Amino acid sequence: MTALHRLDPVADVGGPHQPLLEVRDLTKHFPVRGGLIGPKPVARAVDGVSFAVAKGETLGVVGESGCGKSTTARLLMRLIEPDSGSLTFDGEAVGTRLGLSLRDLRRRVQMVFQDSYASLNPRLTIADSLAFAPMVHGVSRRDAMEVAGDLLGRVGLDPTSFLGRYPHELSGGQRQRVNIARALALRPRLVILDEAVSALDKSVEAQVLNLLVELKRQLDLTYIFISHDLNVVHYIADRVLVMYLGKVAEVGPVEAIYGRPAHPYTRALFSARLSMDPDARTSAAPLQGDPPNPINPPSGCRFRTRCPHATAVCAEREPAPVDLGGGHVVACHLHEAAHA
Amino acid sequence: MPDQTQSAPLLSVSGLTVSFKTERGTASAINGVDFDLKRGEVLCLLGESGSGKSVTLRALMRLLPERRSRIAGKVLLNGEDVYAVPERRMEKLRGKAISMVFQEPMLALDPVYTIGHQIAETIVRHEGIAFADAERRALDLLERVQIPSAKRRLKAYPHEMSGGMRQRAMIALALSCNPALLLADEPTTALDATVQMQILLLLRQLQAELDMAVILVTHDIGVAAETADRVAVMYAGRFVELGTARQVLKDPQHPYTAGLLASTVHGNMRGHALEAIPGAPPDLTNLPSGCAYAPRCPHADAHCTAAPPSETWLEPGRMARCVRARVPAAAPV
Repeated sequence: MTALHRLDPVADVGGPHQPLLEVRDLTKHFPVRGGLIGPKPVARAVDGVSFAVAKGETLGVVGESGCGKSTTARLLMRLIEPDSGSLTFDGEAVGTRLGLSLRDLRRRVQMVFQDSYASLNPRLTIADSLAFAPMVHGVSRRDAMEVAGDLLGRVGLDPTSFLGRYPHELSGGQRQRVNIARALALRPRLVILDEAVSALDKSVEAQVLNLLVELKRQLDLTYIFISHDLNVVHYIADRVLVMYLGKVAEVGPVEAIYGRPAHPYTRALFSARLSMDPDARTSAAPLQGDPPNPINPPSGCRFRTRCPHATAVCAEREPAPVDLGGGHVVACHLHEAAHA
Repeated sequence: MPDQTQSAPLLSVSGLTVSFKTERGTASAINGVDFDLKRGEVLCLLGESGSGKSVTLRALMRLLPERRSRIAGKVLLNGEDVYAVPERRMEKLRGKAISMVFQEPMLALDPVYTIGHQIAETIVRHEGIAFADAERRALDLLERVQIPSAKRRLKAYPHEMSGGMRQRAMIALALSCNPALLLADEPTTALDATVQMQILLLLRQLQAELDMAVILVTHDIGVAAETADRVAVMYAGRFVELGTARQVLKDPQHPYTAGLLASTVHGNMRGHALEAIPGAPPDLTNLPSGCAYAPRCPHADAHCTAAPPSETWLEPGRMARCVRARVPAAAPV
């Protein structure tokens, strides 16, 4: 038995068919400066987002900057408080009196951030960083140190040479491995990876992606994988959620999203992918302009200002989610009309 | 009188080396870079962090801090030796003959002046025309880089613009005096995917219209594939492979280029383990004595660790710095 087992794993509650995490109507508006007259302006970072994550899957979340994907991740971890909406983890409501406490939630859900250096305390050795959380959760220092060594081995770093080092002595790839090890220290069931490989060099990114796939299999994990890189999401995700300006534009199995993208925004994202072939270059940009500001998002469908198919109805009301079958859901008036 | 005929290269770099003094010792950032660039040609420097691609760009413009860096070698721009001319002359060349677009336009633009003012000031400084005339040129430039309602944008400050607009303004500023050579350092890395494509298409279009030479630094193979005539792959401060974009990206001859292509996720690679390159790029303060890639290379043998491999020219314009690279049809040893 390895040292990792000294912290008892969190037992499965609802069986394989109950979603590990259910998110309903999650909303977070950040106040912004200005607006002397009238209502205080807010940035609608996340605006009524609902989705579920099945046990053992990898849910990819894609979208451009300001679409709310990182805010969503922080809301799931309760690093920031949502304005409204509910979280249910394996059947238990989060943060309610009878439900799961935040302390319990954070044993079950852990996170890896993009900036590997800023994520580690520069004054703690790697051993201390890794042992910190288990000790907070009642593991003795000696056992926690053993856990730390075991974790380092799992992420492919030699414990004898790395345990005593400080973050600045490590390369970016090595630091991100430490961050992954630390996220695993409490034996979580869900790991949120927020652009976790985006800052790494391509050759190192591939190593870390292979490691993530391997760890998921070994430790029976579920991932939420947030990235702006469509190729990486295609590689790692089972299902994909596309966000635009704080809303879910489209969600579905990876084959459906990549094979039959239904939302005009998803299609535009795909056509903006760079060609890898100098003989097959892209000839036209799929969209004009930048994503609009979430402070004053367009009325109705938020994509309508950049959408080539926008009609009057798109400005009038928000499109309702339409189920195209097989769990492929799109929020677009084009499909609403077709499926009415 | 320098030779300025069509056949003479616009830029000629030979034996360029750059090292920096750091707390941990001397970092050898550039360890011998040689290349020529023709007028109107687009060269991409492709490499990972620490490969020396951005330092190369800065060295071409003589922007490196002279006290802390040791620079050797020769950079000839239009026949003029960049490191032999006085600083006064260099100030004239920068912005006029050679100009640069940076990754972070917010840091490169001056926050306290409007976009129009910054562009006009540059034109006045280099061409000595009246400010009002320069402002008219600034308006043309903003229209040229496809900034909507350009007239209004002349009076905008950098913080009032979106990331994509700022990068367009940065490009307008860099083009304000019709440079013969534009340097672009990861110009789309900080931008969203849909905006990145717009900016790359704009750069491609302007390059063709103005017949301008471009050196574009990127870590992204896709950016190179979308823009480059020629690609130079950099590793540990050297060109390890050079050729046309088609040659380098479709038929890589250096194991590092092949490894980089194999480890970059693209298309549908689901369900297959990625062919990652083991290890990490070398420490520039302590480079291996032989080939810098040897510690990560699947083909490395005793030849590789003995001495740095020299350039092997496979055909004119096609180079790989690897002991395994062989001239086609060469007699077996």
